[in-house]
Amino acid sequence: MTGYIFKRLLQMTLVLWVVSVIVFLMMSFTGDPVFMVVPIDATDAEIAQARRLLGLDQSLFVQYGRFVTSLVQGDFGNSYVFRQPAMALILERLPATLEMVLVAMALALVVAIPLGVYAGANPNSRISRTIMAGSLLGISLPGFWVGMVLIFLFAVHWGIFPSSGRGDTAEIFGLRVSLLTADGWHHIILPAVTLSLATMAILLRMTRAGMMEVNRQDFMKFARAKGATRRDVLYKHGLKNALIPVITIFGLQLGDLIAFATITETIFSWPGMGKLLIDSIYRADRPVIVVYLMLVALIFVVINFLVDIIYTLIDPRITLK
Amino acid sequence: MTEAAKQPLLDVHDLRTHFHTFGGTVKAVNGVSFDIAEGEVMGLVGESGGGKSVVGFSILGLIDSPGKIEGGQILLDGEDLVKAGEARLREIRGREISMVFQDPMTSLNPLHSVGRQMDEVLRLHSDLDAQARHSACVEMLESVGISRATERLRAYPHQFSGGMRQRVVIAIALLARPRLIIADEPTTALDVTIQSQILKLMRRQIAEKGASMILVTHDLAVVSEMADRITVLYCGNVVERGRARELIEAPAHPYTRGLIDSIPDPSNRHERLKQIPGTVPDIRNLPQGCNFRDRCPRAQALCAEIEPKLSAQRGSLSAACHFPLNPGESA
Ligand SMILES: Nc1ncnc2c1ncn2[C@@H]1O[C@H](COP(=O)(O)OP(=O)(O)O)[C@@H](O)[C@H]1O
Ligand SMILES: [Mg+2]
Repeated sequence: MTGYIFKRLLQMTLVLWVVSVIVFLMMSFTGDPVFMVVPIDATDAEIAQARRLLGLDQSLFVQYGRFVTSLVQGDFGNSYVFRQPAMALILERLPATLEMVLVAMALALVVAIPLGVYAGANPNSRISRTIMAGSLLGISLPGFWVGMVLIFLFAVHWGIFPSSGRGDTAEIFGLRVSLLTADGWHHIILPAVTLSLATMAILLRMTRAGMMEVNRQDFMKFARAKGATRRDVLYKHGLKNALIPVITIFGLQLGDLIAFATITETIFSWPGMGKLLIDSIYRADRPVIVVYLMLVALIFVVINFLVDIIYTLIDPRITLK
Repeated sequence: MTEAAKQPLLDVHDLRTHFHTFGGTVKAVNGVSFDIAEGEVMGLVGESGGGKSVVGFSILGLIDSPGKIEGGQILLDGEDLVKAGEARLREIRGREISMVFQDPMTSLNPLHSVGRQMDEVLRLHSDLDAQARHSACVEMLESVGISRATERLRAYPHQFSGGMRQRVVIAIALLARPRLIIADEPTTALDVTIQSQILKLMRRQIAEKGASMILVTHDLAVVSEMADRITVLYCGNVVERGRARELIEAPAHPYTRGLIDSIPDPSNRHERLKQIPGTVPDIRNLPQGCNFRDRCPRAQALCAEIEPKLSAQRGSLSAACHFPLNPGESA
């Protein structure tokens, strides 16, 4: 087990290193950040001076070496725009994104699993057909459209939920969290629902497919022959066996939503990382983009690792090697 | 009380279980009757597709759509299980009647420990506390021949061989001391050497616990050693039944004769196996008259017209045949 974890850590480091190379190359070939720091009327001499200060006059190798060295030291430099450490800017907004994504994922699970189990256990019933048609909508409707419709209905038309912003937050462990206040919940519902619909639909379909497969297995009938209730047969025996692909997708979607909540955050003016990213891209605020990309890579790598660990908790036949 | 007046443990009467598929109605079981006395072993035999498993699942109320019990009675101590609700059936499953499946590799849940799967039965059907359930599981596992039972309870099915898994399945089936065990080809998926071990085990356990058993098999050799009586199924109908000895030694139905003749003789390994000619007809559109007539060496014009009814023959035998065999006569 410790050997496995060591191996995985090595792998994760390797992945992050590759990402750092790609990020660095991307940054080097897109736009010249020197113009972000010099005044519009700067002379050639001033530009050259700024370039030297930023280290942009040196070879790519040297630049990369410096880039990686500071990454490893956790120093991502200052935002060109805010003149503050880029890392701090991102971390300040990370909780807002994370909590929206977590609420969205929790919502997706709570709805998708029971409906998926039901639809898988009763594939021919009318309710199942309705559920499946609904899930198809969930997959095919674009998030921005759903967000706008929800805003129109629930914020503008009925005035049940606010249309934008994050509401009150409370501080815990130095993080500002809105899930601790009623107002925060009030604000998070609409964006979280918007964000969750597609994932909900995918998880539902995965659960259903898995359950249909499992239902054909002898051990399901054997469990019934023992006298187990339908509920126990479906959830204790069936669902667990259908869960591996669902968890795989869950992990991928979780990373995906954290990384690309951008559109939802924009629609609901949610002050998360996504909005910051968009702003930074517009302004070619390189350090912020770098932090963002590296953070997202890290999140994906960690989620993947956790998912593999979860596999082994579910299935005794899977061993970590 | 005389033997005849005693109510059988299970009395299946005119059972009809049909599957309504896109390709037509499959009359998998179409008017099957038999009974089992307390402590009796009844062999249910016939080629694959004859409806044996469907009979077993019907008794436990485990027929899923598109299948449906269309008629008949399944009387357990006089209570009709066809009319019983799902809640009552759940009490009966595992407690009064339990089942052993054909393939031990697939009948256990791969993600639950053996102990948990055994414990489930006791949680469902007893008031024992966790400690008592654990000891009961250990004891049962030992009695089916699994050593180091305490340790093995924590193991998962994939850590057992096929034969060992079937022992676990049998242990699960016996755990709540049911009065009837339906063993659906319990040894078909196992190696020959292990087959006889498992059969011996089942016979001993059944006798010890005074339970009855329906032993489903396509292998008459297996059933001739163990059964008190035998029921032969063909295309969802009973074609012959009677005391095991009589039926094996001198069957009245040509189909039973064919099954017996196709048992390989272990003392004569070079002899070519006699097979019943032809194949089982498509159960969705059975011919008029006798279902077996196309494969039957004794078939005559009458067999194509009128379906023979099950009727009393020599001794304990009943057979559904217009031209039953006499003792010593070959088909
Ligand atoms: N779920 C089902 N749907 C349709 N037909 C079925 C189903 N289960 C069994 N049958 C049909 O019922 C008949 C009897 O099957 P079965 O009882 O499994 O035979 P046996 O156990 O004697 O080999 C077969 O023709 C089979 O195709
Ligand atoms: Mg069968």
